[in-house]
Amino acid sequence: MTEPVLSVRDLTVEFVTRRGTLRAIDSVSFDIAPGEVLGVVGESGAGKSLTGTAVIGLLDPPGRIAGGEIRLSGRRIDDLPADEMRRIRGKRIGMVFQDPLTSLNPLYRVGDQLVETIMTHLPVGRDEARRRAIDLLAEVGIPAPERRIDGWPHEFSGGMRQRVVIALALCAEPDLVIADEPTTALDVSVQAQIIALLKRLCRERGTAVMLITHDMGVIAETADRVAVMYAGRIVEIGPVREVVKHPRHPYAQGLMGSIPALEESRERLQQIEGSMPRLAAIPKGCAFNPRCPHAFARCMVEKPVLLESGASRVACWLHDGTGLGEETAA
Amino acid sequence: MLAFILRRLLQSALVLLSVALIAFAMFRFVGDPVNQLVSLDTPADQVRQIRQSLGLDDPVLVQFGRYVMNALRFDFGISYQFRQPVTALLAERAPATLELALVSALFSLVVGIPMGVYTALRRDGVLARLFQAVSLVGVSLPTFLIGILLIYLFAVQLGWLPSFGRGETVKLAGGWTTGLLTVSGLKALILPAVTLGLFQMTLIMRLVRAEMLEVLRTDYIRFARARGLTTRAVHFGHALKNTLVPVITIAGLQLGSIIAFAIITETVFQWPGMGVLFLKAVQNVDIPIMAAYLVMISGLFVIINLAVDLLYAAVDPRLRVTLKGA
Ligand SMILES: Nc1ncnc2c1ncn2[C@@H]1O[C@H](COP(=O)(O)OP(=O)(O)OP(=O)(O)O)[C@@H](O)[C@H]1O
Ligand code: SF4
Ligand SMILES: [Mg+2]
Repeated sequence: MTEPVLSVRDLTVEFVTRRGTLRAIDSVSFDIAPGEVLGVVGESGAGKSLTGTAVIGLLDPPGRIAGGEIRLSGRRIDDLPADEMRRIRGKRIGMVFQDPLTSLNPLYRVGDQLVETIMTHLPVGRDEARRRAIDLLAEVGIPAPERRIDGWPHEFSGGMRQRVVIALALCAEPDLVIADEPTTALDVSVQAQIIALLKRLCRERGTAVMLITHDMGVIAETADRVAVMYAGRIVEIGPVREVVKHPRHPYAQGLMGSIPALEESRERLQQIEGSMPRLAAIPKGCAFNPRCPHAFARCMVEKPVLLESGASRVACWLHDGTGLGEETAA
Repeated sequence: MLAFILRRLLQSALVLLSVALIAFAMFRFVGDPVNQLVSLDTPADQVRQIRQSLGLDDPVLVQFGRYVMNALRFDFGISYQFRQPVTALLAERAPATLELALVSALFSLVVGIPMGVYTALRRDGVLARLFQAVSLVGVSLPTFLIGILLIYLFAVQLGWLPSFGRGETVKLAGGWTTGLLTVSGLKALILPAVTLGLFQMTLIMRLVRAEMLEVLRTDYIRFARARGLTTRAVHFGHALKNTLVPVITIAGLQLGSIIAFAIITETVFQWPGMGVLFLKAVQNVDIPIMAAYLVMISGLFVIINLAVDLLYAAVDPRLRVTLKGA
């Protein structure tokens, strides 16, 4: 087996507040193989963005990594000095944020933002960096890149700006791109194009992708594997076909059940009845137990851990291998 | 862009015309100017003659028109107290005030901006908190008190700096007298410039701090960090540039009020500038000087505003587009 590009083990993120410590990410573990696309889904507040932020080392106080480790191609990165981590950002891990309208500095020309990023990470001069920037813009599908490179961000449409953002994230050929809802803020008509672009570029370069999204259709079309998050934990992770077609965790079943047929499923996730608990009030045992139709005694006291179940891994006492709850789940 | 400039110029002209109207009205409402020129025992004939020669019998509109036309030629009449052309009196004192104002504005920017940036970046540092506390004192102490305290400390107690006057000055071409070229001139400038600039400095520091904290929270700063740019590039390139855009406006307007507020500082330090002249004019109801001062200060404000708008457009590309469309 090839070494994973990203390997996260028991990642725990906490916020120290005046009213006590809130655990927003609780023992999250997953791997992403080279060139693989891992989709991350889950309702708002599940901790998807926070996981990405922790991986790229941009947690702002009072948030902090309270436990676990993050490895990039085998090398531990969560305990690196600030400046070493800074060199990894943009160079080894690229990031695409949700809103392209606010991701670019309005006072800098598009080309200048590209050139400064390229020159930060690669040993090239200004002219060479500019040439590369033009090539990149052409590659992400900006027409007339020699001219547009001197344009200002506000002169680009939302879709075009997200293309620029993708060019910025990929300009130093990173091994991993974290895309946090890269199309949510875009016009529906361009969403598919942007996803296709991201997918194509990453496949060409063998870049692994952590794709955070609400759009199950995008997941089904793009991802190789899916992680479903709930209340700061991964509750199910596995190959996309398995998780989408045969979800095992009751929460994942609810998520997938809300899409009638995958082909026409461009809608956002519908929510399962009830809502996710606030961080300060996560129930004992399984965090999903108040909303779970299958909850039983053990769910109220014992926190389920991720266990193998077929090709997936699931954190639910119905699937702990004892077969005790299996018939209830079916 | 040209349309924008033309429109702003027209607006400025209208503003100045209204100010001129107010200035002109002062002549009529603050008593009969002839009384200022004649004594009680001047014969009535002669009084009438003076009236006529001053054009005071003409219709109001004609008089106003004449005032504006003269003002356009920088002719604001003769001072009642000094019996000299007002323009010459102001011109003679303008360098002192303008040098004082410019140096204090420079001081407030050069000290205020770095302090603001520092307190924003080291939000919880001891020094940052100290700056914050001191800045509170700066905004709440009245100017004259600061001046007197500084005089007491540096002039009276320590004897390092003079407590009044402008020191030696040098005459430059065009009749401009400068205190910037002699040691005593520079020394004399320090206390008044600090006094006048301290309030603005703390204001700018607090503004820069607030603005910078705001900018540091934006997505494009997060993205700049996610791209792996150095902390220096993020803070002093991206963040600072965006911080300074709104600061330009405030700093511009502050320059106007620095010139206007110079009156108090000039009085405290017996600075031979226009402010002192204005105060004397008020005491002696010397309307021509008061009116000219009013017109001149508003002229300055208008010019500064115009410059700020243009500068703004030069810095912010988004604005340039809106202006092109306008
Ligand atoms: N600065 C903070 N202080 C306290 N809690 C925080 C802070 N930032 C995030 N959180 C909490 O961390 C949890 C995870 O947030 P995160 O942004 O990762 O959610 P998400 O899954 O990305 O949701 P969304 O789909 O809305 O983007 C949330 O419950 C949120 O309230
Ligand atoms: S552990 Fe229990 S409560 Fe949690 S999802 Fe499984 S069955 Fe439901
Ligand atoms: Mg999010």
